[in-house]
Amino acid sequence: MAGNGYKNEFGVFGERPKVPKKLYDAKYVIGGLIVFFVIASFTLWPNLGKTIPAPQPKLETPVILKLKEADRKCVLPKAEIRATHMQMLVDWRETVVRSKEKGAVNGREFVAPDGKKYLASLTNTCMDCHSNKAEFCDTCHNYAAVTPNCWGCHLETGKKLAEAK
Amino acid sequence: MGMDRREFIRLAGLSALLGLGGKGAFEIVRPGLALAGFEPAPKALEGKRWAMVVNMQKLDEATAAKCVEACHRVHNVPDFKNPPDAKLQLPPEIVSRHEIKWIWTEHFHNAFVEEQPMEKVQHLPFLLLCNHCNNPPCVRVCPTKATFQREDGIVMMDMHRCIGCRFCMAGCPYSARSFNWRDPRPYVAQVYPGYPTREIGVVEKCTFCAERLAQGLMPACVEASRGALVFGDLADEKSQVSATLKKYFTIRRKTHLGTNPQVYYIV
Amino acid sequence: MLEKALVGTKRYYTLLAILAGIFALGFLFYLKQLNVGLGITGMGRDVSWGFYIAQFTYLVGVAASAVMVVLPYYLHNYKAFGRVTILGEFLAVAAVTMCVTFVLVDMGRPDRVFNVFKYPTPNSVMFWDIIVLNGYLLLNILIGWNVLECERHSVPPPKWVKFLIYVSIPWAVSIHTVTAFLYAGLPGRGYWLTAIMAPRFLSSAFAAGPSLLVLLCLIVRKYTKFDPGREQIQSLGKIVTYATLINVFFFFCEVFTVFYSQIPDHLLHFKYLFAGIDGKARLVPFMWISIVGMTITALCLTNPAFRKNENTLALLCGMVIITTWIDKGLGLMTGGFVPNPLEKVTEYWPTVPEAVITLGVWALGFLVLSLLYKVAVSIKEEVQA
Repeated sequence: MAGNGYKNEFGVFGERPKVPKKLYDAKYVIGGLIVFFVIASFTLWPNLGKTIPAPQPKLETPVILKLKEADRKCVLPKAEIRATHMQMLVDWRETVVRSKEKGAVNGREFVAPDGKKYLASLTNTCMDCHSNKAEFCDTCHNYAAVTPNCWGCHLETGKKLAEAK
Repeated sequence: MGMDRREFIRLAGLSALLGLGGKGAFEIVRPGLALAGFEPAPKALEGKRWAMVVNMQKLDEATAAKCVEACHRVHNVPDFKNPPDAKLQLPPEIVSRHEIKWIWTEHFHNAFVEEQPMEKVQHLPFLLLCNHCNNPPCVRVCPTKATFQREDGIVMMDMHRCIGCRFCMAGCPYSARSFNWRDPRPYVAQVYPGYPTREIGVVEKCTFCAERLAQGLMPACVEASRGALVFGDLADEKSQVSATLKKYFTIRRKTHLGTNPQVYYIV
Repeated sequence: MLEKALVGTKRYYTLLAILAGIFALGFLFYLKQLNVGLGITGMGRDVSWGFYIAQFTYLVGVAASAVMVVLPYYLHNYKAFGRVTILGEFLAVAAVTMCVTFVLVDMGRPDRVFNVFKYPTPNSVMFWDIIVLNGYLLLNILIGWNVLECERHSVPPPKWVKFLIYVSIPWAVSIHTVTAFLYAGLPGRGYWLTAIMAPRFLSSAFAAGPSLLVLLCLIVRKYTKFDPGREQIQSLGKIVTYATLINVFFFFCEVFTVFYSQIPDHLLHFKYLFAGIDGKARLVPFMWISIVGMTITALCLTNPAFRKNENTLALLCGMVIITTWIDKGLGLMTGGFVPNPLEKVTEYWPTVPEAVITLGVWALGFLVLSLLYKVAVSIKEEVQA
């Protein structure tokens, strides 16, 4: 949109006065940028200089302690479950809640890579072993400032559905 | 002079759109985890068309109350009338407006509005619940398929997907659905650990205890009904529910609407 | 051109400040609603849609009425409307903005609104409603802005704008029809289950929208240097007249079908609205004011003398707006839900937080309208000079 006769509120484009190129109102521009960066980073200020220790999730719960050493494994290997449990739980949810929908995968039992079968349920399976949410789930979640929205509905302690009458 | 203001805004806007849209597109297109590792639980009850018969000849007020209590207990349905804490007491019109009920009793002239009131059945406690219609209008109107019809006939609720638009509540001709107008958790006196609660802003209703069927159990109301409620697979000739329907004359609610409800009443 | 909205008289700034203040108040109450839940409104298990959706329904009508000025000008070369098409289009933008905001405010889980796009469901009318509404918003913004800009530079609008204008005409009819279909396809709601729902929506839209446009034109003439024109206002008045007459006729058609066939499923809702059931008659005075007022207004509008006098025309247009608002904004929603499918009567009335949030959204709409109208009027004034 250059040159000949394009007009806006500042005048005809080609006829604008030539003004030397420099940073006008430098005080306000630089000052404003500094204020912006201070405000934008203010959440980091309280933690300056402090060392926040890495989270230490506790695995010692009554149910886990009852298991033999060899049986103390999660549904997926440790590195994998740590990295992908968020997606895995979403997949569990979609499959279990929407099972028997037309075209959907049917079933509530998750078959782990090692062949073992688990009921696909956060409260009844995961929380059964890891019954210490505050010392397990929350340690990492608080450290990473993550608020998973599962707990608004799902309960933190579970019993197997068939046992609970 | 480089770019003018108009071009800059165009470029910035397009970049923002691509940036945001790109993430969205990635979410939709991205390959999910292998979902093949699922199978039904060993004891799961399988059916092609679940249905229920309510035998009013065997149902009295006390049993009906037990059915309601059983259902609401195992699904953590809040009770606004009798809160566990006196501080949570609510005025009566709020209690009735915000009420959540999956199964409840009504008199004949409310349950079957097209019929003339009949002395014989007028005061019976008819148990009403979601009819799990074969042609459900609520499923037709849901904009996100948060309520959907399963292959075994159950009209299911996905509380995770529900956006709380309440179109399904407007669509249901049987007033079977409830909405969470407030946080339900403080009003659940005894939390049942095997089932979640709900949050504000989603619709809920009877699901024919799909989670219990998947574990080989009968729906909670059927178990509490002492034989007054018969539940089973209508597509199975040999099921109790098929036999019951062959033996007795039954009525259903508002059949003229074409919803094909699957809760039958023996009067 | 947006800079035109940033400078104005003191009166203009005061208007913006008041509207922004009301919007801010509504927003604060909305935060409370997000926290506590939709229970702070008067809605409940039986009347599950209330004031918010009612306003949305009414405003869809107002939005579609832009087509009433666009159609004569672009399709039939009625040159006089050239002055006011931009006012109609910008009114549509403000109205659709309010519609979308009312839907968001009514949702139980607005954080999940993108589920509608992630899981498209073509069999759901609401899915189509969201698409056509947003489409109409985009259309009117593009058309209005471009035509105005071209007018400013005294060049004809490009061909693609003309194409969009032709698209916007059936699109306007579609936003109504789709919104009416939200109600008209529900088997359990006898009050709404009528084929005439979409035509009624159209007729009341073409009555209310141009009425509002008439009032806005009179205000613009009084407070700015741009005069939309006497002939234009008279033409709008004629449109309002016919639309209101048709609206009243449609209502009497409904009344006949319901009361002559005497099917309780449909009859009870009319009985509740116009006579009350078991003493529960909260809406009865409003409904009578609406229908009697609308009929009298329609009949008065047929008198050319009343239309020619712009004061009486303004009064009658105001009456049309009020009566159609009561009919669609109060009567339609509650009438559909009362009595409930079990033939029990649960009355509905908006609560204070609900009313404040509603006012806040209306203020937002009028804020958008003021800003856009300021731009349009300033450009028109500039071109005139």
